[in-house]
Amino acid sequence: MSCSRRDFLKDAVSGAAATVLPLSAFVFLTTDEAKAAIAEAKVRWAFLVDTTKCVGCGLCVTACKNENEIPYDAPVTRTWVERYVVTTDGRTLADSPDGGRDGFTTGTIRDEEIDPENVAKAFFVPKLCNQCDNPACVQVCPVGATYQTHDGVVLIDREWCIGCGYCIMACPYGVRFFHPEHKVADKCNFCYHRITKGMQPACVDSCAFGARRIANLRDPDDPVTQIITTERVAVLKDEYGTKPHVFYIGLDASVR
Amino acid sequence: MSQEAIVHGVEWTAKELFVYPNEFIYWSIQIVMYPYMTGLVAGAFVLSSLYHVFGQKDLKEIAQFSLVFSLALLPVAALPLLLHLQQPLRAMEPLLTPHFTSAIAAFGIVFTAYGLIVVSEIWFVYREYFVHQLEVLKGAPGFWNAQRRIAYKVLTVGARDVSEEAIAVDHKAAKILAGIGIPVACFLHGYAGFIFGSVKANALWMSPLMPVIFIMSAVVSGIALCMLTYIVIMEWQAFRKRRQGGAEAAGDIKGAEKEIISKATRYLLGFLIAAISLELLDLIFRGYTAMKSWDILRTVMYGKDFINIFVLQYTLGNLVPFVLLILPGLTIRRTVVALLLVLFGVFMMRWNVVIGGQAFSLSFAGYMHYHIPVIPHSFETFKEGVLGALTVIATPFVLFWLINKFVPSLRRDIGEV
Repeated sequence: MSCSRRDFLKDAVSGAAATVLPLSAFVFLTTDEAKAAIAEAKVRWAFLVDTTKCVGCGLCVTACKNENEIPYDAPVTRTWVERYVVTTDGRTLADSPDGGRDGFTTGTIRDEEIDPENVAKAFFVPKLCNQCDNPACVQVCPVGATYQTHDGVVLIDREWCIGCGYCIMACPYGVRFFHPEHKVADKCNFCYHRITKGMQPACVDSCAFGARRIANLRDPDDPVTQIITTERVAVLKDEYGTKPHVFYIGLDASVR
Repeated sequence: MSQEAIVHGVEWTAKELFVYPNEFIYWSIQIVMYPYMTGLVAGAFVLSSLYHVFGQKDLKEIAQFSLVFSLALLPVAALPLLLHLQQPLRAMEPLLTPHFTSAIAAFGIVFTAYGLIVVSEIWFVYREYFVHQLEVLKGAPGFWNAQRRIAYKVLTVGARDVSEEAIAVDHKAAKILAGIGIPVACFLHGYAGFIFGSVKANALWMSPLMPVIFIMSAVVSGIALCMLTYIVIMEWQAFRKRRQGGAEAAGDIKGAEKEIISKATRYLLGFLIAAISLELLDLIFRGYTAMKSWDILRTVMYGKDFINIFVLQYTLGNLVPFVLLILPGLTIRRTVVALLLVLFGVFMMRWNVVIGGQAFSLSFAGYMHYHIPVIPHSFETFKEGVLGALTVIATPFVLFWLINKFVPSLRRDIGEV
């Protein structure tokens, strides 16, 4: 078979057109476009922490470690409780030994005995992943192993995470860590395996004081959503523009 | 091993005051090595381009060498990243499913593109030599010569035309590639700066100046390493020649070397001034604007890391070599000392950025101290310790030795004129 230069060019052009035209039927969607294409989700998970109710018992931390198989004695945790003590002379002391897992049973913070007479105010602040609307961790993941679900929770694909640690660096809240056994990034996901089956997160179930509650912001009848929308609540570190979705009652200026 | 020991970062992190429970020095020595080695690659290439593109004739010999040396350095820029991954077997994933909102996602692409440019430029510069070797080795006795000939056969890729026109095309191609290579090399490294500069959660890293600072210090370190290696090799050759009784030849080398060194030194100083100015601007700006993070940054910079930043980096790594290089009557020995200090200074800059950026807690109320593992007791403490860093430093020299067997970058009579 002979093939002149003219024939070759002709075939090449029509061949390329035949390949490219069907391909143009495919459209690459940006994340927002993809989200808009899927109908508005009926669920947007959020969390409400009432710091005025927290007594710092640490049962939530224990429950979380057991539920989510985070080695009990490893110094990493998906949720933790911080203790804040503001003294009468204006100093702020904070600690969270073992993430507050064993409760706060002494008046000592880092070997410093605090005289109860000198305490101006003291309180506990439970922390967990903020399931941000604009998550910095998702933005920086080089392989897309961490992603936001349509109902707002940020998840991690343990099979695909390369363990570079960029998401850990990007999170302003310090909620991420490397799982000691799986060797991939790990963090709180509001117990996604439970909430998607109608159950409460382990920490919520274990809290005897009602300091931790989960909400569906898209459901106006949800009692927790009503608190978030009608009462004065605050979020942590909103200056980073991450739009966190863990709301706090009774947050103080001294909270880090 | 206790459970505690297998949490990444626990081994080398010491916490002070209030630090969140999950915070550790997650990015350790290998992430210091990554921008350091990338910077050396970029800098070496820029030095070689000064000759190839801008026609700085007196830099010719060091330019040929720098080009080949930057190829030897290239794989080593990716090595630290591989060594620090918790899942190194998944290292190819950023190429398979790149998530382009991440600054790291494009690394593979930028890196590969740059690698292709370097390899093809070297090919165009040395193609004539490859073809020539085919002739020289034809019928040469011995098993190894036969193997070498096969290697050169492969290296020519079948392009054996050494007519004047063909060589002219080669030269033109090399020049164009060197031209494209400069922005790509700067991009490769500015991009490393962007990886840090764009982390909004980190008060020390977040700065739009970061990529520019990285590029400037990269060129400084690249030039310094090329000059240093060049001097060492040339002195070694001169020493060998002297031993063989050729004092005259040794003198030749000395003379040529001095000219090149003084020229390269001027470029080095220029980039050094740019790098220091930008770093100081960054520091002054942070102090003047005194944002929320300044309180803790100040205690780290002026307190905990004072020795690292102001004594080791700025004084010993920048000021002292600057004075050494600028004083009249520059000798080779003084140059070598200055170059070693410059290289040390840039290393400390990388250290102070990467480790310094993790020296304080996200709570702004506590500190973390990094204790680099010296004697390893596990693979992790090896690769993220002193020995891992030394492995990374040693690799380019081994690679250069290998590459130089086929691409004699140190011979004056070969390559583009």
